[in-house]
Amino acid sequence: MRDARLHAGPPIKPVYGPDDLAGRDAAQDIGQPGEYPYTRGIHKTMYRERLWTMRQYIGFGTPEETNARFKYLMAHGQDALNVAFDLPTQLGLDSDDPRAEGEVGRVGMALDTLADMEQAFAGIPLDRVSVSLTINGMAAPITAMYYAVAGQQGVAPDRVVTTPQNDILKEFVARGTWVYPVEPSLRLVADLIEFSAKQYPRSNPVSVCGYHIREAGCTTAQEMAYGLAIARAYIELMLARGMAVDDFAPRISFNFTCWGKIFEEAGKFRAGRRLYARMLREHFGAKNPKSWIFRSLIGGGGSAFTVQEPENNIVRGAYIALAAALSGAQTMALPTYDEAYTIPSAKAQLIALRTMQICAEESGAADTADPLGGSYYVEALTNEMERLIQEELAHVDRMGGIVEAVKSGAIQAEVARQAYLFERKLNSGEVPKVGVNCYVADGAAEADHAVELYAFDQTVADAQLARLAKIRRERDDRAARAALRRLSDEARGTTNLMPAIMEAVTAYATLGEINRAMKDVFGEHKEPVKF
Amino acid sequence: MKVLIAKPGLDGHDRGAKVVAQALRDAGVEVVYSGLKRSPEEIVAEAVQEDVDVIGLSILSGAHVLLARKVLEGLRAQGAGDIKVVVGGIIPPRDVEPLGALGVHRVFPMGTRLPEIVKAFKETTA
Repeated sequence: MRDARLHAGPPIKPVYGPDDLAGRDAAQDIGQPGEYPYTRGIHKTMYRERLWTMRQYIGFGTPEETNARFKYLMAHGQDALNVAFDLPTQLGLDSDDPRAEGEVGRVGMALDTLADMEQAFAGIPLDRVSVSLTINGMAAPITAMYYAVAGQQGVAPDRVVTTPQNDILKEFVARGTWVYPVEPSLRLVADLIEFSAKQYPRSNPVSVCGYHIREAGCTTAQEMAYGLAIARAYIELMLARGMAVDDFAPRISFNFTCWGKIFEEAGKFRAGRRLYARMLREHFGAKNPKSWIFRSLIGGGGSAFTVQEPENNIVRGAYIALAAALSGAQTMALPTYDEAYTIPSAKAQLIALRTMQICAEESGAADTADPLGGSYYVEALTNEMERLIQEELAHVDRMGGIVEAVKSGAIQAEVARQAYLFERKLNSGEVPKVGVNCYVADGAAEADHAVELYAFDQTVADAQLARLAKIRRERDDRAARAALRRLSDEARGTTNLMPAIMEAVTAYATLGEINRAMKDVFGEHKEPVKF
Repeated sequence: MKVLIAKPGLDGHDRGAKVVAQALRDAGVEVVYSGLKRSPEEIVAEAVQEDVDVIGLSILSGAHVLLARKVLEGLRAQGAGDIKVVVGGIIPPRDVEPLGALGVHRVFPMGTRLPEIVKAFKETTA
């Protein structure tokens, strides 16, 4: 009999039965959908009431190009947006900064000032479309720009639904778009959460991500554990500011991946919901049931996709969609089959959207809440994942908590170690990958010339530079400078920086200027290099 | 043999760089890792200071041609043109030849298997 193991490590038995659930209290552990501890999902009837939101991650070139792609996918039934920004934007560099050379508009949309945000959402009604902003180190100024554009469109603050990612801890662990040292970075996270909770009550001012940490190489159990540890750190941060847990916890959301083994993934999410609900109710004393629920975007998983025979990635994407549905996703997003090659083509984006729609409308996965509930295997796996996640949480505690583990580099080193172990399992064939380490066709390693490669165009950068120069020329320079001085002054104190940042963006200060005003005070993060 | 694995530019994805660094270390190679977001000048300076034989650049943002050129130019300007440069990451096949023409010793396009990369590093100084 062949060996079978979870991605988290432990072996899988060939058959599960009632004995595997002995000694557990089903009513307490599993309960009903829409009820504490939400093992079976956060809504009573799940997708019968409301299908998951379909939210592909999009952004490239100029705001005009990105706006056109938004509209293309919305015309095909995508009901929400998730903006990808280019690297200079994610790091707070203007498009004309020497370090931005070659990167403007390349892996996401270029953005320098409020004018670019206006252009990105021209003709898109922000009172009807919810928008995720994949932005972290620069979450405060970028979200300020988004709030400003919503205001220009006449949308009342309590009608604005946006989800800035604003999860800097996972950037330190995995994704790398940090700018300031850990403590001032956390202050900005908290400033945005506090400001939004008070002024923009329907915004979701932090999306805690296990996703990128898993993409960087950690296991399934670690992904959930690290996400929960990061959520706990942000909650403690807000409590330290004197906010009550029920004042902000209902708007915390999550972003996790689910590639790989479908049932392990479902178990991971069922265990994660249970652990989060218990942490919020029992540890933090939250009274509002909305504070207890783990709302998550589930999807992605580009690291599961292969260069070899890229069309196979469409099939992998369909399994990811099914896993996300069976895991109880509120929002879904899929990588595109050309992900290993290039910025997604419009065709590849449409196939990913159609994959989610087929899963929703044709597969039956959306017909009833938690279709896997009660399966001996999935319930046993849920318990097993719960145990493994708790072990990993204890490991984080032994590292001094997630913030200390990030500062020392211990957690980054653990993720890198897991990435290497996984790569070795791929090389040995212990983790099978069709077309890569099994059923390898002759020439399968050859690049596929049928994939349409994104043609990066230097004129994109030129257009962006021209627009930036025009804004600098035409804006009220005194107002912009005054706002930037205020921001630097307030950064030296402890006041919430969002009002000063709002003033700066509406005076058309550039993102680079806003970043510099804060960096002059905060300094820059020095990465603890361990591997 | 001593290698500098380096992340030039703004790209924050270091999974590949760290996996290759660990594989080389296990293969008995002395490895230095630069950390994220190093400028070409910083990478050249570190390579010279550490007296490495090879620099492995890991680039996933698409800016590899520009960044590799700057590192190679910097090495020559420092009189360190003997340090070999290899490049890996999201490198589309169409860019393999242009990178070679710039003076990049080996290119590892996406999908290159780890043992092949380790072998190629070892052959670099053979």
